[in-house]
Amino acid sequence: MSGFLSSSIARKVAMALSALFLIFFLIIHLAVNITSIFSESVFNELSHFMGTNPLIQFALQPVLIFGVVFHFAMGFVLELRNKGARNVKYVKYNGAASATWMSRNMIYSGLVILAFIVLHFIDFWFPEMNYKYIEALPADPTRYFGELQHKFENPLRVGAYVVAFILLALHLLHGFQSAFQSIGFNNKYSKCVKSLGKIYAIVIPLGFITVALYHYFNH
Amino acid sequence: MNLTLKIWRQKGPQDKGQMVEYKVTDISEHMSFLEMMDVLNEDLVAKNEEPVAFDHDCREGICGMCSLHINGEPHGPDRGITTCQLHMRMFNDGDTIYIEPWRATAFPVIKDLVVDRTAFERIQQAGGYISVNTSGNTQDANSIPISKHNADLSMDAATCIGCGACVASCKNSSAMLFVSAKVSQFALLPQGRIEAADRVKNMVAQMDLEGFGNCTNTGACEVECPKGISLENIARMNREYLKASI
Amino acid sequence: MTTLNSKVPEGPIKDKWTTYKDKINLVNPANKRNIDIIVVGTGLAGGSASATLAELGYNVKAFAYQDSPRRAHSIAAQGGINAAKNYQGDGDSNYRLFYDTVKGGDYRSREANVYRLAEVSGNIIDQCVAQGVPFARDYGGLLDNRSFGGVLVSRTFYAKGQTGQQLLLGAYSAMNRQIARGKIEMFNRHEMLDVVIIDGKARGIIARNLITGEIERHSAHAVVIATGGYGNVYYLSTNAMGSNATAAWKIHKRGAFFANPCFTQIHPTCIPRSGDYQSKLTLMSESLRNDGRIWVPAKIEDAKAIQQGKLKPTEIPEEDRDYYLERRYPAFGNLVPRDVASRAAKERCDAGYGVNATGEAVYLDFASAIERYGKEQAKIKGIKNPSKAQITELGEAIIEAKYGNLFQMYEKIVDENPYKTPMMIYPATHYTMGGIWVDYNLMTTVPGLYCIGEANFSDHGANRLGASALMQGLADGYFVLPYTIGDYLSDDIRTGKIPTDAPEFDDVEKEVKERLEFFINNKGTHSVDYFHKKLGKVMWNKVGMARNEKHLKEAIAEIQEIRDDFWKNVKVPGSLNELNPELEKAGRVADFLELGELFAKDALERKESCGGHFREEYQTEDGEALRDDKNYAYVAAWEYTGKPSEAIMHKEQLEFKDIELKTRSYK
Repeated sequence: MSGFLSSSIARKVAMALSALFLIFFLIIHLAVNITSIFSESVFNELSHFMGTNPLIQFALQPVLIFGVVFHFAMGFVLELRNKGARNVKYVKYNGAASATWMSRNMIYSGLVILAFIVLHFIDFWFPEMNYKYIEALPADPTRYFGELQHKFENPLRVGAYVVAFILLALHLLHGFQSAFQSIGFNNKYSKCVKSLGKIYAIVIPLGFITVALYHYFNH
Repeated sequence: MNLTLKIWRQKGPQDKGQMVEYKVTDISEHMSFLEMMDVLNEDLVAKNEEPVAFDHDCREGICGMCSLHINGEPHGPDRGITTCQLHMRMFNDGDTIYIEPWRATAFPVIKDLVVDRTAFERIQQAGGYISVNTSGNTQDANSIPISKHNADLSMDAATCIGCGACVASCKNSSAMLFVSAKVSQFALLPQGRIEAADRVKNMVAQMDLEGFGNCTNTGACEVECPKGISLENIARMNREYLKASI
Repeated sequence: MTTLNSKVPEGPIKDKWTTYKDKINLVNPANKRNIDIIVVGTGLAGGSASATLAELGYNVKAFAYQDSPRRAHSIAAQGGINAAKNYQGDGDSNYRLFYDTVKGGDYRSREANVYRLAEVSGNIIDQCVAQGVPFARDYGGLLDNRSFGGVLVSRTFYAKGQTGQQLLLGAYSAMNRQIARGKIEMFNRHEMLDVVIIDGKARGIIARNLITGEIERHSAHAVVIATGGYGNVYYLSTNAMGSNATAAWKIHKRGAFFANPCFTQIHPTCIPRSGDYQSKLTLMSESLRNDGRIWVPAKIEDAKAIQQGKLKPTEIPEEDRDYYLERRYPAFGNLVPRDVASRAAKERCDAGYGVNATGEAVYLDFASAIERYGKEQAKIKGIKNPSKAQITELGEAIIEAKYGNLFQMYEKIVDENPYKTPMMIYPATHYTMGGIWVDYNLMTTVPGLYCIGEANFSDHGANRLGASALMQGLADGYFVLPYTIGDYLSDDIRTGKIPTDAPEFDDVEKEVKERLEFFINNKGTHSVDYFHKKLGKVMWNKVGMARNEKHLKEAIAEIQEIRDDFWKNVKVPGSLNELNPELEKAGRVADFLELGELFAKDALERKESCGGHFREEYQTEDGEALRDDKNYAYVAAWEYTGKPSEAIMHKEQLEFKDIELKTRSYK
């Protein structure tokens, strides 16, 4: 593994594959969240299934965590190496002339997303783990909706949430099509991929933001 | 027109180097950028100062020798050209122009604006060829038909002049566009397929060894490339590399 | 005056090379390992020779002043490479290529060499395709051809407008394979400053490391010079800025004869000069003449109006245009050979019909080609009654596909759109047919010293046909020198390594160092370019496209003056032990200042007009070149005796057994 991952292209492909996995995960996550707008019971049901199904809990969840950690760790490793590839900086460097802001600042949008994930873990994942496995409180298939609404009462948190998802949108605006390019997908369908990427990068974060704002204004 | 130039001066590889300001006057808009540099150097020689060293040779955009980073962009603000084809009509009277060498750890500065790009040569030596002897006893040139589509794509990749603008423009100093152009040229031809797997692995390994950064698909290289080498080549190289590794 | 032995083998011309190859001495593979060869210059000739010699097993040391062999100026060749493949079935053959080349060269080349060139031309294409050169192909996947000036068949293979680049990259890839194997030791950013001769044989060179300034000694059993032509003697030319004659001139001073220096090609289709600051001239490929029509205004008042910027070319009606090539040469029209096209342009401009502010430009017009292609495309696409705009659009698309990169280049330089308004072109120095004299083996008059590619004089006579330079460079390097050099080296298998501490190395190195030190210490008043520009002006005005006795004599005197002034007043800043471009230029210009004089002297001696050498005194009534076969069917090979003015001429009489000598006519 480390031998293969020592090559630049292999690292690039690994970044792309973990990204594609996370892109897929976001769709599922949003699909669950969005139900909270329409139906409390459906949301509770889905959340309970996700939280208790052993396949999801003990197989998919570790894969997801690994995917997230890997994507971040590799992102930092590459950033450091890339910085080292130019030991003397330009006095004047006009990066905007040839590349988008999004593509040049993936590390910063990534850092904001990382900060958000930390917050997200503190908000949901740690309490959830605590509830289920440490204090081992009795299962309550109806508690999820209330917890969700409670979290979106604080305007600061909602603000942070919105900002993070805007940054995610920017990250995805470059990242989506970049992942395809990295795995060698560049052909006559690439135009579609690029358009799809733009739609995805806007629709998915917008979905999350909508859910947050909906609950903020409707609790 | 009259211009202020801020030029990187560095005596040798060990020297620290700094930006130095110069003025040039009566520059014609029909001059090429390098002819403007000639004017500056003639002035400097007349004043018993040392002229600015910069790489240049053919002055018609094909040798790939000229390599100035002008106002923050390799080969300056125009598109699809090298520095020697950049004309002063792209600038205005009174402008301040920043002129720096290509910046990459793998391209150390030799003097002033001259950098050492032999890393590119070593990458090509790692596999940028078809192993056929030059005996002339090969088969007739028309014995293997090659689809026009592939021949044209191969030619498009082969137009790379190896100037290094891709590395210079990339925020990561990645050489992927250059290497992929070389890989693609051969990968698209039946003659080159035979060694394609070894070629891509060896060339990428050498590229990594030289200390170039990693590609993050910003696409700056494609925009700044004087020969319009396409990002499709990088995707092709990625595919070739995966195929070769798996 | 002695007669030179060209060592052309006996026998019928068709069999000479084959029979000769069968009989020459070879070096066995085990012994090749013990033999070193120095190759100076790594363009098409030097690059292909280095690769092939290394494949054969010799130890090759290759030298280039650029940072990579792939930057040699061969890369700038645009149009294509000739080969007698007859893929088009239009009657081409080795003989016809041979015939066209000798005729195109105005019967001043050596028959046997040219036939050999034609004979191996097909192999070059096979070889390049095998190496991965992406030549243009048709929809069936087979190689495509285009047609060039001075011939009646389509035999030119091409890779867009970048054929030279692709062939050079091919040769370089073959070199890379050998560099990786350790069989070629590559010395980038090194310039050869002199040759070392021991016991009458070339045994090494003195080179300067251009980065550190260090003077290095390199020894070998044979030395190959492949450093290209001397077109930069004109200061302005289509050559690269660094292209120089130093290696060739240095070997000339050490005993290699310099042949026909006055045979220089002025290329008809270059972008005209725009001002005094101009540093080089840019070529527009000859292939443009396939579709472009050359004209100037027929009325002098129109020409004046254009020169003053009061009239646009598109405003001149068809009947007031003078398509002078079509008028004078109806059979070949716009595709006459380069020398003829250049002189015709000069004739019109001298008569006052030039079309830019300097009066030194003619039009190359694509309007009728755009219309023709547009109509053709409309028919193919089934468009009935196409509008003029539609036709233009369709036609422009075809022109763009064929010449897009050239048109873009033109627009960037001139700032005019050549699709909408005719291009302006004017002749410029492009190629030098003259060069170091070599025999059939490509060996100079110094044993063990070879010269290949543009640097030698051999194959193009007094004028080179388009797309033949690439052919000659690769033929010499891939298919001729590797055989003939073995014949010489077979005597050297017991010699062992050549020591670099021989007194001959000491002496030459001392001379080289003294000269460099002189430049640095001279602290004169004028830069190197000042002298180079002065020399260039004299060469262009008096030893240019048309020459006469008076001008040539003046030129010789003026060049001598400039040279004296140079050695007194040249100023070279910086120091010896660093990258110092001014110092590099100083050495090169010093050599051009001598070469220029020999050039003029040769032009003065050749009292006839042939190919690129046009003496105003020797022309027909309608202004065509008047050759004198009775007195001048020879190669003038000059021996250096201390000064260019005192050079001694040796003659190689040219014999034409397979081609009848006759007046070249393209009418």
